[in-house]
Amino acid sequence: MSNRPADTHVEATADRGLSARRLGFCRAGRPVFGDIDLAVGPGELLQVTGANGSGKTSLLRVLSGLLEPAAGELRWRARPVRAGESGYLQSLAYVGHTDGIDPDLSAAQNLAFAMRIAGATPSRVRVDHALDSYGMARTMSVPVRRLSLGQRRRVALARLALVPRLLWLLDEPLTALDEQAGDAFQAQLDAHLRAGGMAVVATHRALPAGGRFLHLGG
Amino acid sequence: MNNLADALQSDRATATGTARRWLAFASARRFDPLAGRLAPWFFAAALLLLAAGLYVGFRVAPTDAQQGEVYRIIFIHVPAAWMSMFIYLVMAGYSALALVFHTRLSSMMASALAPTGALFTVIALASGALWGQPTWGTWWVWDARLTSELILLFLYLGYMALEAAIDEPRRAERACALLALVGSLNVPVIYFSVQWWNTLHQGASVSFTTAPSMAATMLAGMLLMTLASWMYTIAVALVRVRCILRERGVLAPTDGSRSGSWAG
Amino acid sequence: MPALFAAIVLHDVSLAWRRRGSILSSLLFFVIASSLFPLAIGPDPQQLRALAPGILWVAALLASMLSLARLFAQEHADGSLDQLLLSPHPLALLVLAKICAHWVTSGLPLLLLTPLLAQQYGLPVSSALLLSASLLIGTPVLSLIGGVGAALTLGLRGGAVLLCVLVLPLCVPVLIFGAGAGAAADAGLDAMPQLSLLGACLALSLFLCPIATAAGLRISME
Repeated sequence: MSNRPADTHVEATADRGLSARRLGFCRAGRPVFGDIDLAVGPGELLQVTGANGSGKTSLLRVLSGLLEPAAGELRWRARPVRAGESGYLQSLAYVGHTDGIDPDLSAAQNLAFAMRIAGATPSRVRVDHALDSYGMARTMSVPVRRLSLGQRRRVALARLALVPRLLWLLDEPLTALDEQAGDAFQAQLDAHLRAGGMAVVATHRALPAGGRFLHLGG
Repeated sequence: MNNLADALQSDRATATGTARRWLAFASARRFDPLAGRLAPWFFAAALLLLAAGLYVGFRVAPTDAQQGEVYRIIFIHVPAAWMSMFIYLVMAGYSALALVFHTRLSSMMASALAPTGALFTVIALASGALWGQPTWGTWWVWDARLTSELILLFLYLGYMALEAAIDEPRRAERACALLALVGSLNVPVIYFSVQWWNTLHQGASVSFTTAPSMAATMLAGMLLMTLASWMYTIAVALVRVRCILRERGVLAPTDGSRSGSWAG
Repeated sequence: MPALFAAIVLHDVSLAWRRRGSILSSLLFFVIASSLFPLAIGPDPQQLRALAPGILWVAALLASMLSLARLFAQEHADGSLDQLLLSPHPLALLVLAKICAHWVTSGLPLLLLTPLLAQQYGLPVSSALLLSASLLIGTPVLSLIGGVGAALTLGLRGGAVLLCVLVLPLCVPVLIFGAGAGAAADAGLDAMPQLSLLGACLALSLFLCPIATAAGLRISME
């Protein structure tokens, strides 16, 4: 269950990005994952793979600060992260495997509200542009409950384009996406990495963007 | 799996977590056998003090002129009422420790105390009813103290209900800790409002606060009973917290079992 | 910051409007519950008038409790609660905005309906208005305390009943002061002491409850 990338790499990226040492998490007294080391620096992608139940979702939630680890430490830019710390929160964007959008509002309304919650002033232009890049231009005013699962996923991912964040934590982003939307997401991810951003993505199939891999589960 | 077991003892992982982790680990491991050794002594002390208190209360203290022998139930009612309040405050103290310092043992102590606190509340209410029936002819009286005890019972039961409803042990501990803290801040307000409500609607003149004036022996009797209750509470809490430590996976069920160890 | 607060309140209120079925249900519960008591107690006008403030307050309390279960439920189900917790804005403020929106959709309609329902009890208009005033100060406190309960019981089975069990004892002071204000008003006495005590409860809970609710949300996300 342990994965130790070369320690030199960990040291090198530690002060510019996310690093974790001996991270462990347990639920109901039973360990979900343990002894995880990882490091992600600017421009890097880390793909987390593993069978169902191996703890991919839990790992991402621990990295985002929503869950408290049972062991180990998490550092952002060489400083330890405390839950709810504003500085860290302003550097990360999280898309869980639930979409995080309200079914009774339209896609555009959801994204405008998401911008506000994330600390930005809502901009109709940017929302339109983000939805358009995922091919949602014609359905942006339809209540989300009338959209298909794949369309809702597109809206959830469109949120990433709205408020620029350094670290992306994505839990199975390709779920329910068709090929066209999948390509749009890859393009978005590539652009993010090229601009110096970093991403940790839990996924079943390997993304073409490459990067390093972390396999969970024994 | 020794590494992981050790790591699981701690609850907080920060840069300074290493020292704290070992501290928490040490406290749970060291506390358990200590609790096991101390519990019998506290039970013994409780029995002795109970015998002394009952002797003073039921034999030594003089008969009351107005209420006769029935007033002696005050030696059960008042200590039980005091204990129910004290225990809630101690629970709140442990809860504050648990939330601030993230120590699991503190919230487990609070969980261990809750059923005993509820028990004392029930004893206070029952003894109040038993006092009221011969004295004033009713089983229940909306006196300020009894009403406050009733609400306190609801707070205890709510705490235990919340604990039972949450499967994940760490979430249960922290949620109950927050509930106990919020409740303890509310308790003075509740007491004040019930007092206010009682004086406003005062029709009946019955009141448990108009107890017979305290002779020295009566005070001694009540103090002895209170001390006995304290010893009992500590003993039961020590036994219960050892069970909780095992239930929640902090210690293995066979940890520290020696022949002759109490309730291992 | 005020813009954010207003935006969240508007967002939640417009969402509640779209799901107005559940708001109307809790209002209907309030109406039905307060109509049950005369049926149970008997139509004696003097008795009803004396009991009116207490009965209306208890019915309002229960109706508020029922509607509190939905405070965070939808967000928890669709995952947008995660985004609230990950917001760089102070969580206590976001929570306060949500509770405020909840009050607008539950407490406010209740107190607007009260003068109407008070007629069933033969309560004169001036007393009914003062009873409404006590509800105006008291129902926000119910929403605030209930918010803590809603956060702690998030996602639990039997959550709504457990919420009531946890929160109702904590709301006893509000009930005592609020019903006391209504009764005092009807008896021609000064209701100001009760109303100011209610106001003190409101001030205290405005300060403490959002922080406790935010802590409860973080605890419940584990």
